[in-house]
Amino acid sequence: MNRSIGRVAGVVLLLFGALFVNLNVITLVQADDLATHPANRRLIIREYAIERGPMVVGEEVIARSVETEGGDLRYRRTYPEGPLYAHLTGYYSFILQRAALESALNEDLTGRSTEEVAQNLGELLGASDRAGNIVELTIDPAVQRAAAEALGGVTGAVVAIDPTTGAVLASYANPTYDPNPLSSHDPTEIRQTWEALNADEARPLVDRALRETYPPGSTFKIVTAAAALEAGAAPDDTFDDPELFDVPQTTADIPNFGGGTCNDGDPITLADALRVSCNTTFAELAVELGAEGLAAQAERFGFNSTVPYELNVVESAIPNEQDVPATAQSGIGQRDVRATPMQMALVSASIANGGQLVRPHVVQAVRAPSGRQLRGPAGASWDVGGPSGDRPVSPRTADQLRQMMISVVENGTGTRAAIDGVEVGGKTGTAQTGGDPTVWFIGFAEERVAVAVVLPNSSQDATGGALAAPIARAVMQAALDR
Amino acid sequence: MSTAPASASLRRRELTLLVGATLVAAGAAVLLQLSQTTDVPLTALTPALAVGAAGMVAHVAVRSLAPDADPALLPLAVLLNGLGLVFVRRVDLATDGTLAVTQTVWSIVSIGAMCGLLLLIREVRQLGRYQYTFGLITLGLLLLPMVPGITAGTINGARLWVRVAGMTIQPGEIAKLTMIIFLAGYLERNRALLSVATQRVGPLLLPAARYLAPVFVAAGVALVIMAGLRDLGSALLFFGAFVAMLYIATGRVAYPILGGAAFLAGSALAYQLFSHVRVRVSIWLDPWSQVQDSGYQIAQSLFALGTGGLTGTGPGFGRPQDIPFSATDAIFAVVGEELGLLGASALLLAYLLIVVRGFKIALTAKDEFSTLLAAGLTVTLGFQTFVIIGGLTRLVPLTGITLPFVSYGGSSLLSNFLLIGLLLRISDESRAQVTGRDRARDRARDRAVRQAARA
Repeated sequence: MNRSIGRVAGVVLLLFGALFVNLNVITLVQADDLATHPANRRLIIREYAIERGPMVVGEEVIARSVETEGGDLRYRRTYPEGPLYAHLTGYYSFILQRAALESALNEDLTGRSTEEVAQNLGELLGASDRAGNIVELTIDPAVQRAAAEALGGVTGAVVAIDPTTGAVLASYANPTYDPNPLSSHDPTEIRQTWEALNADEARPLVDRALRETYPPGSTFKIVTAAAALEAGAAPDDTFDDPELFDVPQTTADIPNFGGGTCNDGDPITLADALRVSCNTTFAELAVELGAEGLAAQAERFGFNSTVPYELNVVESAIPNEQDVPATAQSGIGQRDVRATPMQMALVSASIANGGQLVRPHVVQAVRAPSGRQLRGPAGASWDVGGPSGDRPVSPRTADQLRQMMISVVENGTGTRAAIDGVEVGGKTGTAQTGGDPTVWFIGFAEERVAVAVVLPNSSQDATGGALAAPIARAVMQAALDR
Repeated sequence: MSTAPASASLRRRELTLLVGATLVAAGAAVLLQLSQTTDVPLTALTPALAVGAAGMVAHVAVRSLAPDADPALLPLAVLLNGLGLVFVRRVDLATDGTLAVTQTVWSIVSIGAMCGLLLLIREVRQLGRYQYTFGLITLGLLLLPMVPGITAGTINGARLWVRVAGMTIQPGEIAKLTMIIFLAGYLERNRALLSVATQRVGPLLLPAARYLAPVFVAAGVALVIMAGLRDLGSALLFFGAFVAMLYIATGRVAYPILGGAAFLAGSALAYQLFSHVRVRVSIWLDPWSQVQDSGYQIAQSLFALGTGGLTGTGPGFGRPQDIPFSATDAIFAVVGEELGLLGASALLLAYLLIVVRGFKIALTAKDEFSTLLAAGLTVTLGFQTFVIIGGLTRLVPLTGITLPFVSYGGSSLLSNFLLIGLLLRISDESRAQVTGRDRARDRARDRAVRQAARA
């Protein structure tokens, strides 16, 4: 019997060998796939066991984790102000993952970098509570609220930044959504809310301040004027004042807004052309500068580059090569020129601060739960590369543009942005690229705040001066009251 | 003169190993407790220490009842049992249960029963005389869950339990042992006849049908009952042990070949007949497409093992509450998650050592009955370990069955400690023969023990 016992023993040993090999495959080769499998709740549960750090604006907490009663997920994320900051905070959902700052600052909020050590130590020493870091934002709640109130129910976006530091004071877009139900622990509630938000034709999940580009219209004349001034033109250089700019190589001539001339047919200065937003002058300038010259200036303001910001900003765009008719259209911000409100706020800030391109940032500080500061704001300037680095225009050009923009508000198209006793500059815009017009106002109040307001899908008779300028005024006023 | 080590030396080794096994289990209990609190109350160590202490008592008993027995078996069983208790307590912590208390009591009872077996059965051959009695007991035990009045009904899709005095008992676990005793007796007696091939079936030579019939009938009845009870795991186990013992007894390859063919045919038939068999197979082939329903358990088991990785999450840091049947069938996944590949492999190694010792005992047993019994018991233990661990790791289709010594379950513990008791007895007899221990002196001491017990 010994021989057969030996064989049976051999078979049993083989079976154990198979178990051992298979166990190795599972725990070593397939381990990562298994640990991160969507149906494996372990990672989520571990993540939700951490008291995620709060997001704070001023004295207000706009995102906080609260302990739940029962259930596997220990902390639930809540947003006391809900829709007001939704596009900034994003949501924190175990089905939909994370959005906006919840996603971008995840490592800070979970305290992951410092946590790794604590986790192992905690496992040795026994149970220990972990808490994420506190994120302080540059947003000013009063400015943010002013933006939301001034927009009311109108579709649009407002960005306000500090022109010297790049700190974002307000970033608000309508429509918005409530991140609370998306951050619920009830999968049904999450799914229903998500489906409803996605089915909504107003697209409330889209942050129009950062994630959509619009034709900048006449606000782009600042860029065209900057290119001309940098090329040697002066604010009191004069131009012809035709009813139509006769665009070379095409019969599609460019009229002025509302038809007619800008200065009763008399020669018009560059400064006045900007003040009354004279299309023919800037179309002519654009043709003189050429597609490349115009695009180069726009790029020095940040076009065709990714904005270095904590949140993803869609690239604002201008083609480097265009035919003459398209170049003429680009000079007045139509055709293929597209910009985000964030980009146009940066243009405005560059004029306000004397020609410096600031780097926008929304994180003021990251603090450990103890209050110790781990990280301050990002650097203040944005170097887009190229010969001029972070200077889109010379201080002299900036000063000339500043004066020209001030006269727009004093006695041009932007008078409704004026604030008593404060030096306010700006530029209106009404882009008509078929369909409903997109109206704009970009501007600044002294060197204290720069804004961009966009209202896409406005009514046919809407203008930036009538609709957008008052909103900008309210936001700038709130910023000045800080 | 003999080269075998003296009894005293064997028992010293056993004691050393027992202390080691107890320390390992107690250490694991300490780690588990530290995952919950910063101090370690003595109650947290009670289960591990209680089993260690019971093991010590058993060791003292073995010193007088089976002084030449294998020194590794008892410590290995205590090690597995102690670790099992730690992880049953782990599941308790996750589910607010009190299984560890019951399991500790069962452990002590089982170790006591093992000592009782060593006391009552002084010669394994005695058992061979009652082979048909054991055969009938096997059938009776298997039928017990179907008896109205004591049946515990269908639990988790199977009718395996009876309720006696408020306790739920699984008679099939004991039937496992009685069937092997029956088979060992029957095969030993008819070994010669079964080995002589007089008939040709295809390329295979087989003995006359009348010699084969009783074995096949017994096994067949057991299997049919098992299938009726929907306990596929046990059916597989019985069948495997049966074929292995038949082959060991006769040395004829025809048996495992025929057995394998019968198994395949039976499986195909079961696949056609029973929907639960089809479900099991489809889960085995692809658990991921049904991960939230029928594939849930195997998926959770794999998630646990995969998350554990090489070193595991550490005791107390896994998620046993996510794994269905975490204290019973799936306890290996709990161990794998928290102790990692290293801990799971150590567990596997402990079983392998028992199996290796078991086969060695079979090879050195003093008579054929003992050899067959030892081999049958060893194959059963090894095969059971393979079926459940292989099932949880998707090597074979998952069937509900306990992991010996580790899973929660009193009947299983009792049965496996009795199995160890039988192996201890067989190894003691063979070594006693080699060392020439005086049987008469043994018997004199037995009388003294019995008188002392009476007094």
